[in-house]
Amino acid sequence: MINRIIGWVDQRFPITAIIKHEATEYPVAPNLNYWWNFGSLAGVVLVLQIVTGIFLAMHYKADVTLAFDSIQHIMRSVNYGWLIRYIHATGASAFFAVIYIHISRTLYYGSYRGPRELLWWTGLLLLLLVMGAAFMGYLLPWGQMSFWGAQVITNLFGAIPLVGGHIVVLLRGDFSVGDPTLTRFFALHYLIPFIIAGAVVIHLVALHTVKSSNPSGLPIADKDNIPFHPYYTSKDLFGVGVFLIIFCSFVFFVPDAFIEPDNNIPANPMQTPPHIVPEWYFLPFYAILRSIPDKLLGVVGMGLGIVILAALPYLDRSKIPGGSRYRPIFKALFFVFIADAFVLGYVGAHPPEGPMVLIGRIATVIYFGYIVSMPFVSKWEESWLRKRGLPAPVQKYLDEQAAGGTK
Amino acid sequence: MSDSKSLDSPDRRNFLEMATGAVGAAGVAAAAWPFVQSMNPSSDVLAKGITEADLAPIPLGESHTVAWQGKPVFIVHRKPEVAAAMQASPGGKDPEPDQKRAKKPEWLVVVGVCTHLGCVPSRTEEGWLCPCHGSVYDNSGRIIQGPAPANLEVPLYHFVGNDKIVIGEA
Ligand code: FES
Repeated sequence: MINRIIGWVDQRFPITAIIKHEATEYPVAPNLNYWWNFGSLAGVVLVLQIVTGIFLAMHYKADVTLAFDSIQHIMRSVNYGWLIRYIHATGASAFFAVIYIHISRTLYYGSYRGPRELLWWTGLLLLLLVMGAAFMGYLLPWGQMSFWGAQVITNLFGAIPLVGGHIVVLLRGDFSVGDPTLTRFFALHYLIPFIIAGAVVIHLVALHTVKSSNPSGLPIADKDNIPFHPYYTSKDLFGVGVFLIIFCSFVFFVPDAFIEPDNNIPANPMQTPPHIVPEWYFLPFYAILRSIPDKLLGVVGMGLGIVILAALPYLDRSKIPGGSRYRPIFKALFFVFIADAFVLGYVGAHPPEGPMVLIGRIATVIYFGYIVSMPFVSKWEESWLRKRGLPAPVQKYLDEQAAGGTK
Repeated sequence: MSDSKSLDSPDRRNFLEMATGAVGAAGVAAAAWPFVQSMNPSSDVLAKGITEADLAPIPLGESHTVAWQGKPVFIVHRKPEVAAAMQASPGGKDPEPDQKRAKKPEWLVVVGVCTHLGCVPSRTEEGWLCPCHGSVYDNSGRIIQGPAPANLEVPLYHFVGNDKIVIGEA
């Protein structure tokens, strides 16, 4: 019976072929390590956020007079409302943790390098969309941090010459963050996840066209690939299990870990809290913003902090394939970059006083220095490695490339 | 009537294609206009654009905050020596004479929104200090130090008699 139904569908829509081609028999390199789990994990968190978000929206009220109280209502009166909200709030942080690890893996193994440029760019686009969704969602509880975070971030657009002021009013629908801002942020916060889901499909189509990179530093021959199912379905599922253990320990034991105490005070447009900080996942970029002493340049620097990563496939000019596996300098600089991101995050969390200002500026220079110096460093590293003599598999690969190129 | 030769002419086709594209683009822009405008402040928000403030209860040397357009407005009753000092100083990186900023020397009216990223500065002896990124303003609301690029904005306002101002209209 089931088979007959599937057969009926297959004649009209290639469901079996799609599942085979894109999932069960989709060929994957055999040597992916656990760092490759984080892509599918991000997908799991996206589903978690969409599902919890829809249920929260059934009880939330997007109105400045009701919003704060409706959150209290969810926390106290709605059956399991506390659980759903804590999953959603923790899920936002988990989303960024997973995405940042996913991006770090991409940087470490050079996964952004050709032919995976489009995969990398759609990934960065996804990061920006998730940031937008997180930022708008953060306004909805209408606490002090919500309000002042939105106030400061919408104000960033005021730095645009000439039209900046008008754009800020247009974004807010009011002269300061107010009821129109809250309702539109809610509408967009509900919309963006579905745009994200669409962008994920594009990300996956690109992935399935160029296939996953792998940690060996060398491309894997097609004949060596293994089917996604059962090898990677089981590996991914194991990762999901580990993730859920960590995730649930936050949800059930330290659910307030990612909720600023100040956000339990209703928004007050007449008074700024003495120390406002963004959520942890925005801290490095916030630190870049504050480290540049000019308003417009600060905003540009912050945006560039993400956008400039899109240039990496072209800045990395080394002929040595892959990422850190055969490139010691590349590897060392990767760790410098990650450490630098943590330093920026630390600076972003503290008031800009005393040594923080200088540390922030140095870290900002290192952040951009890593990216801007990449073309020179990668070339120089290549010639240094060639002089030392390349490992046999790399030499063989380069010879094959050269032979292929002259044909 | 045109003959078949001019009908087939590539120039004619190119022109028609461009004209169609231009009309289509203009149509999309015109259709987008109401949607973009719907995001701008609605008329009830605009109607909140006027606030009356009573000056009588503000003691000398004190500052009161009133809400105007959802933003705080600081009204400072300046002591004569403070006003005189402000009139004597040119201001900081965005120089502007105090006489232009205060309609009457003893009353300073400024929008309490930091021109950096919009936090509300806190009152100090010398003026204001923004808690967010440390911008310092003097008693004329002029930027003295820190990342803010401009002085605190002076809203449109006028006096009604001696003890009352209307904020939001000149
Ligand atoms: S918002 Fe006031 S100094 Fe940045």
